[in-house]
Amino acid sequence: MYIEIFNEREQRTLQIEFAGTSVKDLLTHLKLNPEAFLVVRNNEVITEEETLQDQDKIELLSVISGG
Amino acid sequence: MSCSKCQNSAVIALQHGGLCKNHFIDYFEEKVFKTINKYQLIGRNEKLCVAVSGGKDSLTVLYLTKKYLEKNNLPTNNLIALAVDEGIDNYREKTLVDLKKFCQEHAVPLTIVSFEQELGKTLDKAYPIINKDTNKRPCNVCGVWRRYLLNKHAKKLGADKVITGHNLDDEAQAIIMNMFKANTKLAGRLGPISGLEEHDLFVQRVKPLYFCAEKEVRLYALLQKFQIEFTECPYSKEGYRHHIQEMLNDFEQKYKGTKQGIVNSFLTMLPLLKDQENQTAETKIRSCSKCQEASNKDICNACVMKETIQNA
Repeated sequence: MYIEIFNEREQRTLQIEFAGTSVKDLLTHLKLNPEAFLVVRNNEVITEEETLQDQDKIELLSVISGG
Repeated sequence: MSCSKCQNSAVIALQHGGLCKNHFIDYFEEKVFKTINKYQLIGRNEKLCVAVSGGKDSLTVLYLTKKYLEKNNLPTNNLIALAVDEGIDNYREKTLVDLKKFCQEHAVPLTIVSFEQELGKTLDKAYPIINKDTNKRPCNVCGVWRRYLLNKHAKKLGADKVITGHNLDDEAQAIIMNMFKANTKLAGRLGPISGLEEHDLFVQRVKPLYFCAEKEVRLYALLQKFQIEFTECPYSKEGYRHHIQEMLNDFEQKYKGTKQGIVNSFLTMLPLLKDQENQTAETKIRSCSKCQEASNKDICNACVMKETIQNA
């Protein structure tokens, strides 16, 4: 499926194709630790277990900020 | 995933199950208020100075301190906010904009002090000079001066307590850092109430977010729609803490409850560490011979660094 991702930490949007089904799969695919990110879809925060759909638009918000 | 208390969608998966937005907010606030009560972090009629930066942790702790006071019919006019502008280009000026707006909206008087004004140089300019002589990293320099200015100005503002936004991740990292470096002196100063002893020169620092994971704080700030622009200190990746943070996040992902376990184990040892350090004469708080502020040596670390800059 194709997912559009905005990464807050990097301040950029990218489109990726991946073979997984869940948020956890997506974070694993991106080599990101779920401890360090909140995932938002359609202005709703979703958990790692949530199933993704083709063409979903996802925001990855960094948990770690500041110093 | 559904909320374990109702059928709404969960916004977070915790060890004991998922929670929806409303149940997470209740859970988070209850945890903070329980910490304040259990460790008696806030006393009746105390003047409270919240150390703020404009980031998620400090805005959350400021908001919840005010909410706690209101909930317990305690006076909110004893609540003030104090920020330190370190002088880090493209970083602090952004968070201060959000901070000023937040304090105005919540009617909390804000005082901002700066490294440049108080110590003669911004961190960006001071750090290379100090580093040349001492090899100190930016976070070492910043930490010493931040604590120095917070204590000095909180005292000046008549505060009985300084409230900080330190969270569970910060504490777990500090515990491991001190353990890896065998620094039991510093370890004894951690805990929900910082410092070894009460002293006229030292305003006690307390941490209401002590048991809240960093991810929970970010989620709370997001759900409460606090205006926080994402910023990251340009020096943060240079610090030892950054490596410990990554290591603990890896462990937490594999073994849920790791950070909580570290902090809980530490709390059982803390009274022993405090006793041991209180018996050592060299850790006693005294007055710095240069600036008369709190110090555990004849000249405090802030004055030593200031002299290094002046002599450069």
